[in-house]
Amino acid sequence: MREITKLIHKYLRHDKKFPHVWCPGCGNGIILGALIRAIDRLGFTKDEIVLVSGIGCSGRLPVYVDFNTLHTTHGRALAFATGIKLAKPELTVIVIMGDGDAMAIGGNHFIHAARRNVDLTAIIFNNSIYGMTGGQYSPTTPYGMRASTAPYMNIEHDFKISELAVTAGAVFVGRGTVYHARLLDSLIEKALLKKGFGIVEVITHCHVQYGRQNKLGSAVDMMKWQRDNAISVEKAEKLSPEEKRGKIIIGVLVDRELPVYQDEYERIKERAKVSTVRGR
Amino acid sequence: MEKKKRELLLQGNEAVAEGALAAGCRFFAGYPITPSTEIAEYLSQKLPQVGGVFVQMEDELASMAAVIGASLAGAKSMTATSGPGFSLMQENIGFACEAEVPCLVVDVMRGGPSTGLPTSPAQGDVMQARWGTHGDHPIIVLCASSVPECFHMTVRAFNLSERFRTPVILLLDEVVAHMREKITLPLPEELEIIDRVRPTVPPEWYIPYEDNASGVPPMAPFGEGYRYHVTGLIHDIRGFPTSRSDEIGPFFQRLFRKISQNFAEIHMSETFEIEDAEITVVAYGSVARSAKRAVLEARQRGIKAGLLKLMTLWPFDRPAVERVARGSRVLLVPEMNMGQISREVKRVNNGVCTVVTLNKVDGTLITPDEILKRITEVYQDERDN
Repeated sequence: MREITKLIHKYLRHDKKFPHVWCPGCGNGIILGALIRAIDRLGFTKDEIVLVSGIGCSGRLPVYVDFNTLHTTHGRALAFATGIKLAKPELTVIVIMGDGDAMAIGGNHFIHAARRNVDLTAIIFNNSIYGMTGGQYSPTTPYGMRASTAPYMNIEHDFKISELAVTAGAVFVGRGTVYHARLLDSLIEKALLKKGFGIVEVITHCHVQYGRQNKLGSAVDMMKWQRDNAISVEKAEKLSPEEKRGKIIIGVLVDRELPVYQDEYERIKERAKVSTVRGR
Repeated sequence: MEKKKRELLLQGNEAVAEGALAAGCRFFAGYPITPSTEIAEYLSQKLPQVGGVFVQMEDELASMAAVIGASLAGAKSMTATSGPGFSLMQENIGFACEAEVPCLVVDVMRGGPSTGLPTSPAQGDVMQARWGTHGDHPIIVLCASSVPECFHMTVRAFNLSERFRTPVILLLDEVVAHMREKITLPLPEELEIIDRVRPTVPPEWYIPYEDNASGVPPMAPFGEGYRYHVTGLIHDIRGFPTSRSDEIGPFFQRLFRKISQNFAEIHMSETFEIEDAEITVVAYGSVARSAKRAVLEARQRGIKAGLLKLMTLWPFDRPAVERVARGSRVLLVPEMNMGQISREVKRVNNGVCTVVTLNKVDGTLITPDEILKRITEVYQDERDN
């Protein structure tokens, strides 16, 4: 067995009834691998890690790995994670979401988690479709594409997940693809090290739903598309808006310092000890 | 030196907050909504003083989610809301039932449906408290009728939720929530505080949802070596999703059994003048206060009236109602709704005596005079028959 595979095995739950639910060729396993490699490299113990997910194909990820794992309701993973982190700040809480999960039903939780800046790391699997339910269009399905609920074409415009996170106040925003697996490892590692709300948006493929309905070919073809259309942040800085159109900009989009919620709350506790409000 | 008990003039909402602190609640997540907001305001001040967490979330969906997350991390946690927010919380209340996560939800009932009557009392959420979330599930619902009860029932609600690993819903109506009464807070040592049972086996032996005699599996907090999976999917005893009918069936049976085999411990009611009562009023919340006064006045007029005050609404207190149904000629059920508990009373009574209702949904409380008038009418009818 190759070293890289052995490492993954160390973190899998062998008492779980494999096989997993993901289709052959799915990118989710690559993201799981990157996550495990990042956690391993940073030297976390399994007990320190809490993996929280929502609903959808991505939501099934935590069950396979040997951490504290929580598979929540659709869109609400960040809110569950907020409760865990605030109640037990010593835990490292990682949130797994899909594009429908994070942007549609959980869109409000997403922007408020970014604004509140609780120390959480969110990894968002962006495959531009609702895969598990059969290929309906999501908030990140590009205009003009097809989906099982957009049989003529999608007439809605897509959210840019990372850009939304930047605007909402996330302190770390990275974007990668499943093709650029090594970059993904390092983005997740950086996000985990960052104190505050950080996200890693991962462009992945759903060849079974999105690819099939839009005639984009196999999983390999879709990964080649990621390779050919991704440009680094550094390269993008030198390009004009026209030249950047249609490209996926990958790398660290934002890395900044803003007050972290837990630190601020510690100050509230100190204040509360010495003052009484309204004489209670 | 003898410790002095604190005597306070509190409103019901504040007494709930004091009760929560006394019960060991150290996490509150909520969203502002009338007429429950004082609970959040009070705890936003008190929780940081005792090292607890108060967080105002972006909505009630998130509030309920954060409450469950905190409980999984080991904190006693709660939220407080009113009808519209309670509707939004139903999704994750179901999660807490399914994943067996202890927590408290206080619903201060106002007029509904929809935005309804934000500042007016009602009791319209009785059935939503029971069946608000989808799918079969047991639930414990308590209802307070006075400020001291708000305190003690909050403690009790936390105890029941920890004991049975279930969300508990405490219903107040707007009258009880905002009314001020004197309350003598008990000393900490006078209160029975129950904490969830934690696993005593080493982590490698821990089976998070394994059945036992109590039906309540020990619960490990996240981050203490017991790494396990929690999901809203129906799961096997290890917590992993299952679609096997031989695992699904036993899961549901245990979920219901852990409550049903302990009805006697969960049920709580009070009676007043029921020994010789011919007409027994069955009431809860602020209406039970009006009913008590009406019973006293009816007695003064020579009508043998009595009162059964329900304090546990769900699981429905069948033994208490059967007892008064056997001894009375008429059961009168006054409610600030169109008849939610009266249906249960009729079901349990099953024709033993006559059940009559007094329903009021005009945004005002039910007064003693209104109940007395109904008692008198019913008494006349029964005599004429």
